[in-house]
Amino acid sequence: MEFGPHLMLASLEGAVVAAVLALTAMGLSIVFGVMRVVNVAHGEFYMLGAVLTWFVTSAIGGHPALGFVAALVIAPLLVGIIAAAADTFILKHIKYDPDRTIVATIGLLYIFQQGTLMTFGPDARPVEAPFNHRLALPWIENSENGLQMFWPWGLSITSYKLFVIAAAVVVLMGLWALITRTKIGLIMRATQQDSETAQAFGIPVGRVYSLVFGLGAALAALGAVLVVPIQQAHYLMGGEPLLLAFIVVIIGGLGSLPGTVVAAVLIGMSDGIISVFFSPMVAKIIATLFVTMILIWRPQGLFGKVIR
Amino acid sequence: MTLFSKPNLLHIGVLLGLIVLYFMLPPYHSGNLSRIMVLAIYAMGYNVLFGYTGLLSLGHAMFFAAGMYGFGLAVNLGGVPLPIAFLLGIASAGLLAVVVGSLALRTTGVAFMIVTLMFAQTAYLVVLYFGEYTRGDEGFVVQQAQRTFAGVDLTTDTARYVTALVLFAICFLALARLVKTPFGKTLVAIRENEERARMLGYDTKVHKLKAIIISGLVAGVAGAAYAMLFGYVGATFATVQYSILPLLWVLLGGAGTTVGPLIGVFFMFYLIDFSSSVTTAYLLVVGIVLVLLTMFAPKGICGELRRRVFPWLP
Repeated sequence: MEFGPHLMLASLEGAVVAAVLALTAMGLSIVFGVMRVVNVAHGEFYMLGAVLTWFVTSAIGGHPALGFVAALVIAPLLVGIIAAAADTFILKHIKYDPDRTIVATIGLLYIFQQGTLMTFGPDARPVEAPFNHRLALPWIENSENGLQMFWPWGLSITSYKLFVIAAAVVVLMGLWALITRTKIGLIMRATQQDSETAQAFGIPVGRVYSLVFGLGAALAALGAVLVVPIQQAHYLMGGEPLLLAFIVVIIGGLGSLPGTVVAAVLIGMSDGIISVFFSPMVAKIIATLFVTMILIWRPQGLFGKVIR
Repeated sequence: MTLFSKPNLLHIGVLLGLIVLYFMLPPYHSGNLSRIMVLAIYAMGYNVLFGYTGLLSLGHAMFFAAGMYGFGLAVNLGGVPLPIAFLLGIASAGLLAVVVGSLALRTTGVAFMIVTLMFAQTAYLVVLYFGEYTRGDEGFVVQQAQRTFAGVDLTTDTARYVTALVLFAICFLALARLVKTPFGKTLVAIRENEERARMLGYDTKVHKLKAIIISGLVAGVAGAAYAMLFGYVGATFATVQYSILPLLWVLLGGAGTTVGPLIGVFFMFYLIDFSSSVTTAYLLVVGIVLVLLTMFAPKGICGELRRRVFPWLP
């Protein structure tokens, strides 16, 4: 394949990564924005979403689409409830102290991960995509007969991957509407700006925190449900999305939701493109160092405001 | 403070106890105990930064690994004599601490934790990238022939225990002394109220950097000692898990206490030893202990003892 088609393929793959990453990182960003705590167990909520998808689809059987639609509803809901329960029983108890929350969520990370190992087992398990057509993509080239469209060998994408991108866009728009256009969103924003004043005005801050923590986890689980037909479900799969989501949230600016989306697209696309053209290990080292440097010289991120 | 003050007697008692235990315990447990002492050195290094200075690092595995690889690579590839290789290991951890510390200290709070985590992740990836020399996840073995010092074979049980005890005693007493000096007390002042310490005229940034360097050096001692005494160097020791373990040990034993790290490592070691004989998912125990600790005993074993029974506990 020539450079042009190759680049197009790489950016399409990158867009799929970016779509899933945007959902996962958005969950982390909302939790940090409203509650001002770092949830280290976020990657495990993602993993739980993927594992639950496997359980749901294999329990329902029949046409893969049937199980997938069921998982799309059940997995985020269940993960959200688990997270809200963890918030109510553990994080509330330690009063959201930043350091102690990090330690407690590290504990939760191990509990979820090892609990999954005990029930789900150490194997990676595939989930069948609800639909999976291979679509050949055209490429336009200037030849002696003028502009010509042709179908290079290997330049193709599956319909399911396009669906993932579309679904992520729809969910993110829904989330934007929820936060800016509804009463729940208004309450969330009020709590984010000043939780004490919000409390004084009769907003049940404790319940809002549980809701936000559950919503953040559900977003991660939703991302996992979408990704599981492409990637397999495995009990250790939460580590990489956690790190990537951290990177995205930091670069986008801690607590800035639009920044998170921009950064997710940036990181996801470049991850896809860099790993096509460079050795993945070098790419990872450079990316990790780069992010660390951003955090050192611009701690508020690219879009963030200085935290008071 | 007199020589026979309660804290001093406690420290000497702990060391005497460790000597006596060697003659009382069967080989399996004395072997475990030498491992516990080396890991306790690591935990004490972490305690300087977390327990006394109040900086939560999530990347200490890079210092441990720097000591380990500095020693292991010098011996294995360079053929450097053992004591010099040991010093090289400590020096590489110290150098890394200077670089990482001066960069990471530009941030505070949550950002500091994430930056240290990221640096450690980079270090881990670098170890994997140079797999040709480090042999990556698989690791390499430091041969028995290379682990002799002044004619003493360090692979025998006795030599291993004595070396671990000597290194532990040096670090233990030195750090117990350090936290009583004006420098150590300034670190505690920074932990309690950094703004106020700065108002009083202390250069808090320099103090914090020194704390990171001391902490990194001690972690490097532990890493080099681990490679020297147990003969294995591998990338596992650079993973996030080995950054979280010292946090867990110090929290369990009691942050900001001199004997806490040893007690924390001891309890956790036997807890994991016991639970891994029951289930392969032994890390589940680590998770549950972490959650319970943060909820019910944030000061750890020694911290609770100090609060309830022995107010003089160092």
